[in-house]
Amino acid sequence: MPNAVPLSWYLILSAILFGLGVAGFIFRRNIITVFMSIELMLNAVNLTFVTFSYQFKQVDGHIYSFFVMVVAAAEAAVGLAIILTVFKNRSTLMIDDVNSMKY
Amino acid sequence: MTALIFLIFACIAVFCGISLVVQTHPIASALSLIGVMGSLAILYLQLGGEFIAMAQIIVYAGAIMVLFVFVIMLLNAGAETPTFQASTFVKYLGIVLLVAFLGLISFIIQAALPKTEGVVFGGFQGTAADVGRKLFTSYLLPFEVTSVLILIALVGAIVLARKEI
Repeated sequence: MPNAVPLSWYLILSAILFGLGVAGFIFRRNIITVFMSIELMLNAVNLTFVTFSYQFKQVDGHIYSFFVMVVAAAEAAVGLAIILTVFKNRSTLMIDDVNSMKY
Repeated sequence: MTALIFLIFACIAVFCGISLVVQTHPIASALSLIGVMGSLAILYLQLGGEFIAMAQIIVYAGAIMVLFVFVIMLLNAGAETPTFQASTFVKYLGIVLLVAFLGLISFIIQAALPKTEGVVFGGFQGTAADVGRKLFTSYLLPFEVTSVLILIALVGAIVLARKEI
């Protein structure tokens, strides 16, 4: 087995995780699971940042992915507060039932 | 050794990612997401991102996922009930098409990337000192703006979670 891992393997893993996140975002009906799929996509993008950071031997990619983490934390706090409010008003977590802005 | 560790944790990450998508109960999905984050932290360590690996564990797997699990338990979210019944043929066709799509993307990435020498553990060390020095010199303004963003998120979460709305 070769010792060095090709750079493309990391990018392929990132693409696969991002694709799974998109699939979960589209197919799940529970709003919390949809939200977790978004977090999965953010994680996949972070892996790409850190991989290119290795390739260019710069720490800039680490800082970008750190900022992504910070924004994800803020987004999780606000998003979960919104989910709590939606649940308080509608008593449901299914996104198909929360459609009054759609029609 | 690097390749072996990569393969093990990449398989764990992909397996947990699939588990996140196919599980019907939100708690099971949350645990799968923690698995993905943990294995990605190992891969960050392999790529020389020691600070970002620790931040991944503490911020993502720690803080954010605790928040998720807390909300799931607070809302007493049960298993998802399917709103429509897809036929078996459509389900298997979807799986096949998803695998074909991901395979195509993998092929394109493999073909488009120029040949490089590859990743070995220890080939690049982005230490916490380097990250901190860069964060407080080149990226000082984004860092300060981030603190304002967090303040806004804090106030927004408190306003949204009040009783009157």
